[in-house]
This record gives sequence, structure tokens and C-alpha cells, in this order.
Amino acid sequence: MTTTRAAIHPGPFVSSTRPIPLAEIAPWAVFAAVVALILLYFVSTEQGAFALFDGKSVHEYVHDGRHLLGFPCH
Amino acid sequence: MTRSLLWRGMLAGLVGALIAATFALLFAEPHIDAAIALEAHHAMGAAAEPEIVSRATQKSWGLFTAMGLYGTASGGVFAILFAGLYGRVAGLSPRALALLLAVGAFVVVVLVPAIKYPPTPPAVGLHETVRMRTAAYFTMLALSGAAATGAAWAFGRLGGRTGLLDRMLLSLATYVGLVAIGQWLLPVVDEVPADFPASLLWQFRLASLGTQGVFWLATADLFGRAAERVTAQGYRS
Repeated sequence: MTTTRAAIHPGPFVSSTRPIPLAEIAPWAVFAAVVALILLYFVSTEQGAFALFDGKSVHEYVHDGRHLLGFPCH
Repeated sequence: MTRSLLWRGMLAGLVGALIAATFALLFAEPHIDAAIALEAHHAMGAAAEPEIVSRATQKSWGLFTAMGLYGTASGGVFAILFAGLYGRVAGLSPRALALLLAVGAFVVVVLVPAIKYPPTPPAVGLHETVRMRTAAYFTMLALSGAAATGAAWAFGRLGGRTGLLDRMLLSLATYVGLVAIGQWLLPVVDEVPADFPASLLWQFRLASLGTQGVFWLATADLFGRAAERVTAQGYRS
């Protein structure tokens, strides 16, 4: 991307901008999705329905967040 | 530009999550404590389980860590969605698009799954069914996301032929219809103990939805302000 074009926002609901090409977004989208899935797995499910590590310490540590975010806990 | 947006999305998500965790500490933790006290009261007589992580750690470091991870991950995905939609949706400004996207995320990711499988405090939910409940919950979440994508696709397809209000109503009907069929097919979970106080359950669920609301609103506004500066700088990647 070599062009520089200032996007001017005349009002809160209007803007004149070209979209970002989807091909530029794709690798970031895949990477973000993979990282997000791993992080969310540990917050939501580890040592609940499934367990990669033995024990209950991960489950107990994120316990309150898991309940509040609406994930099935124990 | 995607790189700058992703970076700011994760940061906005982290800060939004810390704000939401503070809200949760003040407004939700008292209800979690009350539910745990009930659970302990029920378990009296049986051997008390050893406490692996203390309550003090659970409601401070544990809560903030869980929320921080959730926020960073969600903020990143939020930024990618924003990058894909920006400039493609009715010429909305960055801040307006971010807020609209957050309202959408709250409805699709939080509110609609919670209609079928509402958040439950400790002492509610049988240990034996956690696998079934987890599978059902994530199916519900995926279904809501897929239905929203379908509705958005329908909205785009109808362009030019029908008026704006009719398009909105038709795509809303698509979403509601798909979700309703899914919720009808998915298994019923009803595991609230008969003597669990209804008011405590209600207060916990309100606080839980409130925490999510604070998270999405704070994240979207912080991200929208940052995205406004990023997009104003133009398309240097």
C-alpha cells in the first residue's frame, strides 16, 4: 500500500473511505482467530468439560470470570 | 492498516475488560459470594473440598486475568471484523461502526445465547452434565453467529429491490427465525436447585449481563476513538 489518502469525517455517521482489501485482512484474521480460540479455550473450558492439564487449578483460578461470562462451569 | 487496527483492538479489549472486571468486582462478586455460601451450607456434613485457589485470589487476580484474556482475544477478533466491514457498511464513521458492531456483538454473542442458556452462579448446575452443557452452549453460540451472518447476507442481497426498513425487518426476521429453530432443537438445561433463591439468581444474571455490557461498550468506544486516528492517517500499511 503506497497511496496515502486522508479520510475526512464530516460527521459522526458519514465517512468517505475505500474498504481495506480482504486479501490484506485474511492472514491477520486467521492468526487472530487461532490465538483467540486458544485463549478463550483456557478461560472458558479447560478443566471443565475437557482437561489438557491435570488438577483443578486453572478452573479454580478463572472460576469467577467463567461464571460471569456465561460459560458452563461446574 | 489491519496490523494497526488489530493492535488497538487487543489493547482496547484489555482495557475494556479491566473496566468490566472492576464493575464485576463491585456488582457481581457479592452475589457469587452469596451463592458459594449457599453451596457450602448444602455441602455441610459432606467432607469439605480443599480450597485450591482462595476466594480472595479468585475474585481479584483470577477475575481480572480471566476477563483480561477474554477481552484481549475478543478485542482482536472485534478489530478484524471492523477492518473487514469498514468502508463497506453504509459509509459509517469509525466510531459509529465500532459502536454498532459492539451492539451487534452483545446481542449475538451474549444476549441471544443467554436466552437459551443463561449464565449460572455457583451452586447451580450439575457436575455430571458439564460436557453436555458446554457442547450445547457453544453450539448455541455458533448458531447465533451463523444466523447473524445469514441475516447480514440477506440484508446485502435484498439491496436495490426493497426499501431500507423492509430489508432491516426481513434480515431481522431471518436472524430471529434461525435462532428460534435452533433454540427449539437444542436440549433444555434446568438444573437450578429448588431451594435456590430466585432473587439471587436474577441479581447474578443481571450483574453478569451488565459486566458484558460494560465490556463491549468500553471496548467499542476506546477502539472507535483509536480507529478514527488510524483511518485518518490513511492507508499506510
